[in-house]
Amino acid sequence: MPTTTINGQQVEVNDEGFLVDPSVWNEELGAELARLIGITMTDAHWAPIRFLREDYAVMGETPTLRRVQTQTAIPVRDLFGLFPGKPAKKMAYVAGLPKPKGCV
Amino acid sequence: MAETETAFVPAFDEPSSAGRKLAIICSKGNLDMAYPGLILANAALGEGVETHLFFTFWGFDMINKKTMGDLKFSYLGNTAMHPPGMFGVAMPQGMAGMPGVTALTTKMMKKQIADLDVPEVPEFLELIEASGGHLWACRMSADMMKLHEEDLYDGVEGIISAADFIELTEGAQLLFI
Repeated sequence: MPTTTINGQQVEVNDEGFLVDPSVWNEELGAELARLIGITMTDAHWAPIRFLREDYAVMGETPTLRRVQTQTAIPVRDLFGLFPGKPAKKMAYVAGLPKPKGCV
Repeated sequence: MAETETAFVPAFDEPSSAGRKLAIICSKGNLDMAYPGLILANAALGEGVETHLFFTFWGFDMINKKTMGDLKFSYLGNTAMHPPGMFGVAMPQGMAGMPGVTALTTKMMKKQIADLDVPEVPEFLELIEASGGHLWACRMSADMMKLHEEDLYDGVEGIISAADFIELTEGAQLLFI
């Protein structure tokens, strides 16, 4: 596993660049991860990211876009606006979690 | 351990994937044949792929307001059918045609799908629409079935000819279901 320096912090990442250990994550690191993929975090961005962290802690799995929508009432359309292109993967990355495994 | 000086970041917006398009032709109206197209469309949209679905023939039942929420599953003609979790246990084909069996198998499959938190067809179409997917209805099917735009799911962008669909999916990868 490669390591990389993010925000002056040495972190272990997988072959794609996702954090390996979700427990090293904090919001400051999350904001820097977002910046690295061209996203400036706002309250609207933080809402789903915080949900991802909470849900992962309970379920042990990164929620899919549909799960974010059903559990938080944030419309999928908004998630595409906040994290353009590949919202599920981008949110997982910013939240320091693995990519979601679910199909839907 | 490899160490990189600049932060190692996933390549989310690779130029190589820019402009990728997927066209899915949905031609079946059975419950089990509706899902592959919907699931793949949803997955493609989540990957940033421009996705178009074309509903034709029996696939019209997926967007017809009268039928979209009530698609059915029968294992008649499907020798792979087995009871849930009981692999290798055959279901007699003759039984599939008996009254009430389609309702029962439909109910079973709907429950399995719901248990995975996968939405029913109308809600799935909403999800695809919200994710930026494009839904198109086949002109010939609409004419054959005497259906009009008001009969179809509201997210359907239009009733178009096969030629129009081929034109607007130029360069797309194509999937026929």
